[in-house]
Amino acid sequence: MNDLLAARSQMGMSLAFHIIFAVVGIGMPLLMVLAERRWLTTGDMVYLELAKRWAKGTAIMFAVGAVSGTVLSFELGLLWPHFMEFAGPIFGMPFSLEGFAFFVEAIFLGIYLYGWDRLSGRAHLWAGIVVALSGVLSGIFVVIANAWMNTPTGFTMLDGKPVGIDPIAAIFNPAALTQTIHMTLAAYAATGFGVAGIHAFLLLRKPMNTFHRRALTIALLVGGPAALLQPLSGDRSAKMVARHQPAKLAAMEGHFRTESAAPLIIGGLPDPESGQTRFAIRIPYMLSVLAHGDPQAEVTGLDRVPRDEWPNVLLVHLSFQLMVGLGTFMMAITAWAGWLAWRGQELAEHRGLLRGVALATPMGFLAVEAGWMVTELGRQPWIIHGVMRTADAVTPMPGLVVPFTFFTLLYCLLSVVVVWLMYRQIAKSPTAEDWQRIYTPALRDA
Amino acid sequence: MPELTPALLIAVGVVAALAAYLVMAGADFGGGVWDLFATGPRRKRQRALITESIGPIWEANHVWLILAVVLLFVCFPAAFARLSVSLHIPLTLMLVGIVLRGSAFTFRTYDSQRDDVQQRWGVLFSWASLITPVLLGVVAGTIAAGDIPVRPSGTFVQAYVHPWLRPFPLAIGALALALCAYLAAVYLTMETDDTDLQDDFRLRAFIAGLGVFVAAMFALVLARRHVPLVWQGLTATVWAPGYQVGVAALALITFAALWQRRYRLARVAAPIQAVLILGGWALCQYPYVLPPDLTIAGAAAPDVTLELVLAALALGFVVLVPSLVYLFRVFKSRPQRV
Repeated sequence: MNDLLAARSQMGMSLAFHIIFAVVGIGMPLLMVLAERRWLTTGDMVYLELAKRWAKGTAIMFAVGAVSGTVLSFELGLLWPHFMEFAGPIFGMPFSLEGFAFFVEAIFLGIYLYGWDRLSGRAHLWAGIVVALSGVLSGIFVVIANAWMNTPTGFTMLDGKPVGIDPIAAIFNPAALTQTIHMTLAAYAATGFGVAGIHAFLLLRKPMNTFHRRALTIALLVGGPAALLQPLSGDRSAKMVARHQPAKLAAMEGHFRTESAAPLIIGGLPDPESGQTRFAIRIPYMLSVLAHGDPQAEVTGLDRVPRDEWPNVLLVHLSFQLMVGLGTFMMAITAWAGWLAWRGQELAEHRGLLRGVALATPMGFLAVEAGWMVTELGRQPWIIHGVMRTADAVTPMPGLVVPFTFFTLLYCLLSVVVVWLMYRQIAKSPTAEDWQRIYTPALRDA
Repeated sequence: MPELTPALLIAVGVVAALAAYLVMAGADFGGGVWDLFATGPRRKRQRALITESIGPIWEANHVWLILAVVLLFVCFPAAFARLSVSLHIPLTLMLVGIVLRGSAFTFRTYDSQRDDVQQRWGVLFSWASLITPVLLGVVAGTIAAGDIPVRPSGTFVQAYVHPWLRPFPLAIGALALALCAYLAAVYLTMETDDTDLQDDFRLRAFIAGLGVFVAAMFALVLARRHVPLVWQGLTATVWAPGYQVGVAALALITFAALWQRRYRLARVAAPIQAVLILGGWALCQYPYVLPPDLTIAGAAAPDVTLELVLAALALGFVVLVPSLVYLFRVFKSRPQRV
């Protein structure tokens, strides 16, 4: 493995790890706040138990997210010093703002987690609301910085150096809005379905368990609407990519030849050598419609892109297909659940739906990973689209395979522990003792 | 007086963020160190007190480091790039420490309360708390020593190991560790109203305070031979005599306060002493971000970026300060029960 590949692998692995915690760190505080609010309004102790467990889940995920995020902020320099030297002053503003959003999140999470008996009910709930809001805000700021790498604005190049720097214009880069909406929805969909799925699975075994029933309802209320809206946001994103990163769009769609009235290619295996995507389903005119909103529009293919500026077409295409497929499934499940609820059915008693939701447990997270593969691999060979190549950004330090291997092992270990703790401490059915504690305030406060 | 440019203001901001990190997060690392060295009949209660004390605040305290790094790469990108290349190894090891400390502490809090499980996470947490400040100190010491070249040259060891694996950076690593342990011990006397536990940490504060003194003297002796910038700064500048008197006075006040069990006074004096030590480093290296050649002005981003960041800092602090005050009022206004 050469150093460039090792650096890219380490960055990719660190991001793939961190994004899970970032996503849950955005979604789970909302679940916890909703549960606490229901407890405050209904007095139902099961909601308090849920809020407390989700708070624990948030605590675990936030802590690992915070430390793995710290790793990333240093890795930007450790792996890509030339990129940071160039880009820091241009796209750094969102990072500064994110610093403060993250600060507020950490402060109020501490208050929320350790303040159950030190604050009034209202103050405690508000601390949770601040956590949920600042979590979203942190995510938005970081994604804005990434969007700038895709559609860099706010500077002009003069002799290989950026001049006329305008950090505000860099914040409002063309991809910022679509990317932040897409990611925020993804965070709610992934967390909502992740939690709903686990409880649906447990409900299949213990259908009458009120703990799982209430968890399922709240989680679906968070994940469902996000999953329904996500295709709309995806459509906006695709149109943006078509305009600003035609090579990425062509790779996503396995679209080699520039043509008008281009068909949408679903599935299949793109082969860069022959310039064909085999074994695919083709829907006439559809790509032109999706990319430019006009069935006759010309869609740029990879043939217009110099060969040395192609991303890895096979991986980008497959990741994109995976993301869309998973998103479609989650949207369909939501529509089904909405239909059943509208007809007055008890969702927790519909075994078919429960199976579908249980099946969707990992889907949101897989879709998030696949989506980031599309974004990041699809931008290659550029680290800043059209401006700086990844190969020119990498650190001169040799032997990068060593830290890559080390961080991979470390993160694998942490993942195992986190999964184990999340199951044991958060999702597992309450035991008889737990139930006693839930319904006996004297024991609860002890 | 130097001209008050946006770059200088932000450089002061970086130092301030590092100072806040030292006196807040530093004490959390120090808590981990005392977890490792918990001894005597009250061993378990010492650990419980440490856990209770850092639990609600360590994550917020940790963000000061992120703020410092972000300010560095947005406003002094050339300096960030240069030190990231040459200090790749100690920075990576420090990150491993940060990851293990935070995760192990959280896992210990939320995993089974069985003794063996708790002990396993505890060992990881406390060792990580010990190595992280050492590595941070090593990084700071290497910067102060002016040993970070524009571009690394020579063999791998010459380029990526030699700059930091030297006596002076290691002495600063020891100083950082001692300072963290010292701050933690002083703060912990205020976290409980159990006089036995207070005495445990009072004793530890004395030991760590002595450690700070020894490490600082050792670093100074090394500086005389190897780091003229620091030696000159601390002995031969206009501010040097006043500075030395100030640090010494605060050290004596803290020790006297601990001796008389006036913990509130020690709790105030010790962090000021720590900030002065860090500030002394910053004053020595002024006007350099990376001595011996990269100045604040030379490394600074364009003014438009600096001014926007200053505006963001002002805005951020309007939100941050009341939040922090609230956090510390909720958790630090009365002693922990363990």
